[in-house]
Amino acid sequence: MQQEKSYLRQALEQGLVGGAIIVLIALLGIVEAFKERSIVGTVLSMGQTFIIGTQFLISYRTARKAGSDQKMAITGGAVTGAVSGLVLAFLVLLSMLFDLRPVFLNASPALFSILAFGQSQIVGMVLLVVFGAGIGALAGVIDTLAVRIRSTILQIVAIVVLTGLLAELIKLVLGQWPSIGRAMNWMFAGKGLSIIGAVVVALVVLVYNVYQAYAPVDPKKKPFFDAENWRGSKGYVRIAISVAVLLILPQILGVYMSEVLDQVGLYILMGLGLNIVVGYAGLLDLGYVAFFAIGAYVVGVMTSPEIAPKFFGMTFTWWEAVIPAVLVATSFGVILGIPVLRMRGDYLAIVTLGFGEIIRIVALSDLLKPVIGGSQGIQGIAKPAIGGFVFQDQQSLYYIILAGVFLAAFVAIRLRDSRLGRSWMAMREDEDVAEAMGIHLVTTKLLAFATGAAFSGLSGAIFAAKIGSIYPHSFNLMVSINVLALIIVGGLGSIPGVVVGSFALVGLPELLREFADYRLLVYGALLVWMMLNRREGLWPEEAHQRELYIDKDTPADAEA
Amino acid sequence: MTLLEVNNIHTYYGNIHALKGVSLTVEKGEIVTLIGANGAGKTTTLRTICGLTKPRSGYVKLKGEDLAEYPAHSIVYKGISMVPEGRGVFARLTVMENLDMGAYSRKDNKFDADFERVFTLFPRLKERRNQVSGTLSGGEQQMLAMARALMAHPSILLLDEPSMGLAPVLVDLIFDTITAINKEGTTILLVEQNALMALSVANRGYVLQTGQIVLSDDAKSLKSNEMVQKAYLGME
Ligand SMILES: Nc1ncnc2c1ncn2[C@@H]1O[C@H](COP(=O)(O)OP(=O)(O)OP(=O)(O)O)[C@@H](O)[C@H]1O
Ligand SMILES: [Mg+2]
Repeated sequence: MQQEKSYLRQALEQGLVGGAIIVLIALLGIVEAFKERSIVGTVLSMGQTFIIGTQFLISYRTARKAGSDQKMAITGGAVTGAVSGLVLAFLVLLSMLFDLRPVFLNASPALFSILAFGQSQIVGMVLLVVFGAGIGALAGVIDTLAVRIRSTILQIVAIVVLTGLLAELIKLVLGQWPSIGRAMNWMFAGKGLSIIGAVVVALVVLVYNVYQAYAPVDPKKKPFFDAENWRGSKGYVRIAISVAVLLILPQILGVYMSEVLDQVGLYILMGLGLNIVVGYAGLLDLGYVAFFAIGAYVVGVMTSPEIAPKFFGMTFTWWEAVIPAVLVATSFGVILGIPVLRMRGDYLAIVTLGFGEIIRIVALSDLLKPVIGGSQGIQGIAKPAIGGFVFQDQQSLYYIILAGVFLAAFVAIRLRDSRLGRSWMAMREDEDVAEAMGIHLVTTKLLAFATGAAFSGLSGAIFAAKIGSIYPHSFNLMVSINVLALIIVGGLGSIPGVVVGSFALVGLPELLREFADYRLLVYGALLVWMMLNRREGLWPEEAHQRELYIDKDTPADAEA
Repeated sequence: MTLLEVNNIHTYYGNIHALKGVSLTVEKGEIVTLIGANGAGKTTTLRTICGLTKPRSGYVKLKGEDLAEYPAHSIVYKGISMVPEGRGVFARLTVMENLDMGAYSRKDNKFDADFERVFTLFPRLKERRNQVSGTLSGGEQQMLAMARALMAHPSILLLDEPSMGLAPVLVDLIFDTITAINKEGTTILLVEQNALMALSVANRGYVLQTGQIVLSDDAKSLKSNEMVQKAYLGME
């Protein structure tokens, strides 16, 4: 009895939290802004998805906590759903009593009409509670189903919503082959899926799950990325297929998606470099964009027909410029590293932040205007070319970036496992002790700065070729912050984490352009969620994972 | 033979005069202990020997060679290894990786015998060798710090309060191990607050008070010294 009471209390609290989240979403204008954007035909709009989705998720969470008691789960879900509906109803009530618009710009009549299901406000309020209870009870019922059925239902819902969300992009990709694009037209309606499309997607997921249920289970099967799977003859086949997929990817995905991939790739390159500085060596560098800028400017100065002839009497090709670009960036890594050798943590962060800004301001200055163009920047930067083939567009530059990423990842992995890599990590943990073990702190630190700068310089050199003209304002603080955020989100010190982080923080926002207005909101919410629930990152470094989920009962000898 | 000679060193932290002319010697094969109250300068003495803080005057000699010219990171190559106060294990590295780092200064790559040796001294570490060392218990971290220092094959091992924060059983174990390491041929300079234990394993001892050596004698006599008994052994 006591237990039941405390559980219902929890359900109630969850409902209040859920309600508050939805109110926030509504008052920020998200519900109204996406009221026309369909996910599934005219049945489900994105605005509704946000409301229903939040109610569903939060009720489902409550139901999960009920354990094996089915009745409790359903009641709990219903209570949570109803309470969240009640909170919304309260918002509607408030809007009847007061004019909320002076405070909340988005508290428009249109919003309340959506919330009230298009009915009068009084009816709408009742409906909100009933509807919320219904969603919550449904979540509770789903929770009580057998694992397999439950996960199938959840998968169907998630994948249908996701396809609806990304329908435009899917159309874009399919549209590259007009005949296929036309043949698949029935799947889409408006910016989302058509009803038939949604049903088909659901069926595909269902069939897949049924197949999985009856397919023989291989007990030795390892997760896809497990190292075991990538060794031996079978491993080579897998590697060959993966490489082939990577190589044809831009052709399949088309121009727009290739552009997204290119941007992600440039950030992966920078991330791999900063990961060495921050992740391995523990040196918090906030001015990392400086080296990206230097790499780009060296290529600009050496290849632009407006500038290069003044200094060199000729223009260089991109290939001739890329090595000096990396070398100059590397030297700046060392030069800027020397003054901060004695600094740690927050002091280091502040000073490097200053360096980043100095480089940008110097690039803007009149002093260097004849050399690097001041605010007018540099135009006509050469594209890489091999023989007669010019890497002109996003789809071909993809290969240059891919090669750069592979090179950088290879170097990063080798360094991580080397003596130098270990001394970086020891230095990160405790400088004094590392020094007492025989590590030369000065060279170790400078090598970290230099390597990080080299990767960033390479990224900048490719970036310059890609956009063809560079301006100082492209190299602002946001770049440094993005790179830092992506390595933290991916998992500090983890190489796959850099890739995952880049896709999450650079790729996703590009794909979800529609939400551009809410980008920082989502970004912030994601970071807060991460720090609360997955502090180690999306794909953490192995040792770090061990530290957080150590199982004290398993003998360490088992692996020997 | 005098292995380590510390002569009249004065060490400062900014304006704070932490060591006011400390002198001590350690003969090859000995266990020498340095006892003293909080803030007496024990850690500073060890840091000065390791070159982590430089003395303003005075010198430190190892096997007759003045170490003043050597930067901190090269001291370990000369044969001095330190187990720092508070252990200082590399928290996010595993036990094995920590041991590897201990052998950083070694030119050969044949560590297998050394792993064997430290795992015989500390069987607990063997069980936990793939564990991230930040998650080890305090006692295990102390063992790891000692094992790591031994990986460098030091001729002298500096220990800074190895018994700090450990349960009595573990303190006994650590001191037994110190004796064992010494029997195997490693000279030891032991800094301790637990004067009773330190004096029972050491051959000789020094008493440090506010940056100065106020007493030095063999361990037995120090144990029965009235002033030591009063100040450090808690006897009336
Ligand atoms: N980094 C520092 N900056 C300023 N003063 C310091 C620093 N380190 C130590 N001191 C001072 O030097 C003196 C000696 O400190 P030290 O750490 O050597 O003492 P200790 O004998 O090891 O003490 P404990 O037994 O508490 O470890 C103390 O007065 C301390 O406050
Ligand atoms: Mg001390």
